[in-house]
Amino acid sequence: MKLIACTALTAIVSATAAFAAGDGTCAAGKTLTEGTLTIATGNPAYYPWVMNDAPESGEGFEAAVAYAIAEKMGFGKDNVTWVRSSFDEAIQPGAKNFDFNMQQYSITPEREEMVDFSLPYYTSAMAVLTTQNVVDSGAQATLDSLKRLKWGAVATTTAIPMLNEVIQPTDEPLLYNDNADVNAAIMAGQIDAALYDLPTALYLSAVVVEGGALLGQFPPDQSESPDQFGLLMEDGSALRECVDAAITELTESGELAAIEAQWLSEATGVPVIK
Amino acid sequence: MDETSLQKGVAERSTTTPTRREIYEAGIRRRSNRIALISTVSVILALVVLVPLAPGWDAVQRAFFNGRVFTATFPGLLEAFLVNVMIFAWSAPLIAITGLAIALCRDTRAPALFPLRLFGIAYTDIFRGLPVVLVIYIIGFGIPGLGLPRPWNSPYIWGTLALVLVYSAYVAEVIRSGIDSIHHSQRAAAASLGLSDRDTMRYVVLPQAIRNVVPANMNLFIALQKDVALLSFIGPVEIFRQAGVYKSLYANFTPYVGAALIFLALTIPATRYADYLMNKQNKART
Repeated sequence: MKLIACTALTAIVSATAAFAAGDGTCAAGKTLTEGTLTIATGNPAYYPWVMNDAPESGEGFEAAVAYAIAEKMGFGKDNVTWVRSSFDEAIQPGAKNFDFNMQQYSITPEREEMVDFSLPYYTSAMAVLTTQNVVDSGAQATLDSLKRLKWGAVATTTAIPMLNEVIQPTDEPLLYNDNADVNAAIMAGQIDAALYDLPTALYLSAVVVEGGALLGQFPPDQSESPDQFGLLMEDGSALRECVDAAITELTESGELAAIEAQWLSEATGVPVIK
Repeated sequence: MDETSLQKGVAERSTTTPTRREIYEAGIRRRSNRIALISTVSVILALVVLVPLAPGWDAVQRAFFNGRVFTATFPGLLEAFLVNVMIFAWSAPLIAITGLAIALCRDTRAPALFPLRLFGIAYTDIFRGLPVVLVIYIIGFGIPGLGLPRPWNSPYIWGTLALVLVYSAYVAEVIRSGIDSIHHSQRAAAASLGLSDRDTMRYVVLPQAIRNVVPANMNLFIALQKDVALLSFIGPVEIFRQAGVYKSLYANFTPYVGAALIFLALTIPATRYADYLMNKQNKART
């Protein structure tokens, strides 16, 4: 049934390609500005999700996925506008200034009560970012060893329930506003390790944190509630079914996996935490 | 007619037959009470009735005044508030002592101590001019970054230092204004009694000066109570940070409302107490 619906949708999309963007497709009349898809990302948007903080280039995993979804929904590259938003702006009550918001939002049932999420476009492993010094002093990729570390995390992420439930560190974790502050705390030696999604952790350990190292990852299939990223939309958004249809199509055709392989390919060599 | 019987006559007349002026004034009073009552009631009614009529009220209520989220997060917030109280409890005395020391630096009069005075001026100028957050970042991340071993690089230690630096600059200025408010003749009188400069400050000037600035300092400490939350920028999970964590987990702003209520429960009594002190002082002066 799903397959039929998708094929039908594809047929409609290709049949209407000649029309103006969005016209006659599922998204017609449902976007903020008719004929234009407005997508929000973070300020700044981080590598490898968006390269060089320039989503318009379509480079970076999320930027590429965004354009692929837009295309499936009938919006060409020229019919996509980007805006910037913080997490708080995304969840505030009232009218939103975007059609959907894409910045590694983890889908959780609690959040789902306040906003709408699309189907997941990425399932992330959580990874432990630390420094070579900590590794040299005996930290290992076992839960036992991780418990004894001094932990930090970004306060607005779902890394915090994961920390408290899976790792259960002996010392209270310290929490920060954003990646930059966590890195400052790691470099100042105030925390030993921080929990990030794997692609972010890879980037930070390789480029940003001096002497950074990846201790290990919690693969998504091991976790009871894996960290899945979805597009955030206004509660009760009419556009949701169109977005979901586009994501289903991208997943089934393997395009999503291809984009993931292109931008997030390095993730395989990281040891798994036991 | 002697004086007492005259007073008695006036008293009798005012209890039995009010003068025309009294009747007029009572009328005015009643009228203004009536108007005050009507205007208060209509403002409250307008708020209670009109705000929920707004089309987005349901969404706002769900995002800010969500009972379910409130009950789920309030105990956690209360627990986190203990961190605020702790930081406040050890910062406040440190700030008071440092502030007094800086104020005294600025008041030195001996030419040889001019560098001290210069230091006092530079200190207050710099730390009153800088945003608290910046000082917290620079000291909270910067000094531990120099390579201090644990536990000496704790954000609690350096964050507290940052608060002490900024707030003592304000307190120093308040105390200095108190010192300046003591008339010069008092110092002259103390000198003529044979008191040394140090004893004059200790026994004559400071006791009066500090009493004069208690209400102003109370205000600063109420502000400090709120600024303790800024330490969350460098790691400690105090009430504001805990509320932020809940906000992001529930995609809901209600935890901030819970945090605000907890803050108010502390700051309103403190503010009232400051007002009470100020009134008492004003009465004592007149």
